[in-house]
Amino acid sequence: MDKLLFGDNQFFGVNHMSEEKARAQAMQFQDLDAVMSVLTSAYDAGITTFMCTTHDRVSEICDHVRSQPERFSDFTFHPCMPYAHKYANAVTENGILGALRKFLPDEGFLNAAVRGGKSFAKKDIEGIITLLVDAEMTMFRGLSTPVIWLQNVVVDLLLGLQFDDAFKIFSDHVKQRYNAEPGFITMNLPMLLNTLRVVGLQNPLVCSNINKIGFRMSGGIEAYRNVLEKHDFRAVAMSVFASGAIPPGEAIEWIFEQPNIEAIVFGASNRSHILSTQALVDKMVARPRI
Amino acid sequence: MIRVGVVGLGKMGLSHLSMIRAHPDVTVGAVVDSTAYLLDILAKYTAAVAYSNYEEMLDTANVDAVIIATPTKYHFEMVEKALDRGIHVFCEKPLCLTSKESLALADLANRKSLVNQVGYHNRFVGTFQEVHRLLQQETIGRVSRVLVEAYGPVVLKAKGSTWRSRKSEGGGCLYDYAAHPVDLLTWYLGAPAAVGGTALGKVFSAETHDQVSSTLFFPGGATGQLSVDWSDESYRKMTTRVTVWGSAGRIFADRQECQVYLRDTAVVPAGYTSGWNVRYTTDLTDPVWFYLRGEEYSAQLDHFVQRAMGREVQGVNTFSSAAITDRILEMLTTDDGSGPTTFQDEAPLQNGAADVVGAGRSGRRIARRTQNVAGRFRAAAAAFRSGGA
Repeated sequence: MDKLLFGDNQFFGVNHMSEEKARAQAMQFQDLDAVMSVLTSAYDAGITTFMCTTHDRVSEICDHVRSQPERFSDFTFHPCMPYAHKYANAVTENGILGALRKFLPDEGFLNAAVRGGKSFAKKDIEGIITLLVDAEMTMFRGLSTPVIWLQNVVVDLLLGLQFDDAFKIFSDHVKQRYNAEPGFITMNLPMLLNTLRVVGLQNPLVCSNINKIGFRMSGGIEAYRNVLEKHDFRAVAMSVFASGAIPPGEAIEWIFEQPNIEAIVFGASNRSHILSTQALVDKMVARPRI
Repeated sequence: MIRVGVVGLGKMGLSHLSMIRAHPDVTVGAVVDSTAYLLDILAKYTAAVAYSNYEEMLDTANVDAVIIATPTKYHFEMVEKALDRGIHVFCEKPLCLTSKESLALADLANRKSLVNQVGYHNRFVGTFQEVHRLLQQETIGRVSRVLVEAYGPVVLKAKGSTWRSRKSEGGGCLYDYAAHPVDLLTWYLGAPAAVGGTALGKVFSAETHDQVSSTLFFPGGATGQLSVDWSDESYRKMTTRVTVWGSAGRIFADRQECQVYLRDTAVVPAGYTSGWNVRYTTDLTDPVWFYLRGEEYSAQLDHFVQRAMGREVQGVNTFSSAAITDRILEMLTTDDGSGPTTFQDEAPLQNGAADVVGAGRSGRRIARRTQNVAGRFRAAAAAFRSGGA
């Protein structure tokens, strides 16, 4: 995996530090051209992996990349599913079962009858989960998706509920149907690793907040340090700048002092920020190890 | 350790279940819902002990506490049944459809020394807590005005099939959404003496409403403005914010940041300076044992668990404090119904309603209204006093 992965929060008005900034970014990236301009800057700088939610607007990015296969021959998507707010809003409006029906593909009910034998009627959660994954994956048809992530809201909801089988079902389906590596995003890394071990997922790919100030690292920074040292999973770090609370140089330097972090996800809303983050990482990579 | 039952498995109930099940001091002894489908799935895949009958659960599951996240219209009966059996209660907001019921529950819980809490999670948001702390210290002097706002994308088309679209079940923007900013306002300023100028507006809803605006008048002379809209899709998710104007400065806060402007006359607290100050959620938020959707949701459950284990009846978001919010929701409904002074109405005379009598039909109408409104406010104030709120 690349050392730097490009995230998408900035494109969809997500900013954990400032709602004003989030709105300014939502305005800035209203047009696909503005999004593609930043994504292309990252791509041309060699940051070719885009770790993105399954927000409706990502399908426009997918169409754009598909339309220029030569220009974007190395462009790689890491879909993170689902875009939780569309489900949360639908649950508020339609209840849980109503929302499920809404998001299953049209083929869903027919397909469900085939897949796992009337999943819905028999409460066969495997059929329902795999159908939902397929619905989310539709927009990426024909594109490179070597890793498929399950979003933290869903991972952590399932983790708390002790719905452990769901992780195995997701993992198996992603491997079999998409020939992809399953990934799990969490705000509760130590607890999730225990559960993944129990359900038999070896060396899982897990993305979590890892930053110098311990921001949203549930279980505590020491527990994170311990699991990183044990290294029985592949760690991807997000929120390394803690939404801007840590100066960039200091944040990256600290990340490189931690053991066994395979990649860093970061977001940026212009070319110069992309290049400066990349320069910080390159400097650390080039630094002789003691 | 305490044993907890989770009642009602909608969006809030499921997320409460997830967080509480991960809590190191809690065993989840039961889950209750009327939807057999969900219960069967939870029982099959998560080994939850599922009940479709609430009272049967109370009588047989041996729980110390319940978390109730059912539609508001069921709260009174369900909470009362739990309290009657000596069970601590965390209930989703708003507590009841009438403040009378909320006060009765507060009274019952207090008499039985049972821990009671309502899910006004904003009181556990770091930035909003900072505003409270600064106001307690009178950092910005005498508060003259507060604006509380909440916007988000909930009802975006003329349709809806759940209880949230039915006013009789506690649906609608006022009870379901505006309750949060109203509760923040009462946290900061206490119970208002009166409300006026309330407009419950419709955008898409047929039976209920989608927008709330109003002015609340507080005993010390401060006013609070309420501006709420749950049909605003320019917001990605519910966004709550508060602005407070005082004689020595101004505070603005949302979930992410707290911006404070202090005049030279302010008593500057430690860590602050005159002029602009910004504090971010990263500084103001304490870590939680388990994160699902915001530290505040975890923190409020932990507060409840710790109180239940220590049988501490006093705490944040008690039924008594939620009853004040419920009373305001009633006042807003009444005020909206009585309508504004119209352009055709003559201006009331300085000397009061009595002088207007006989001044024509519109004058008499104003006189009646003035007397009614004054009477209502007096009754409201009396109700608060007698309720001990």
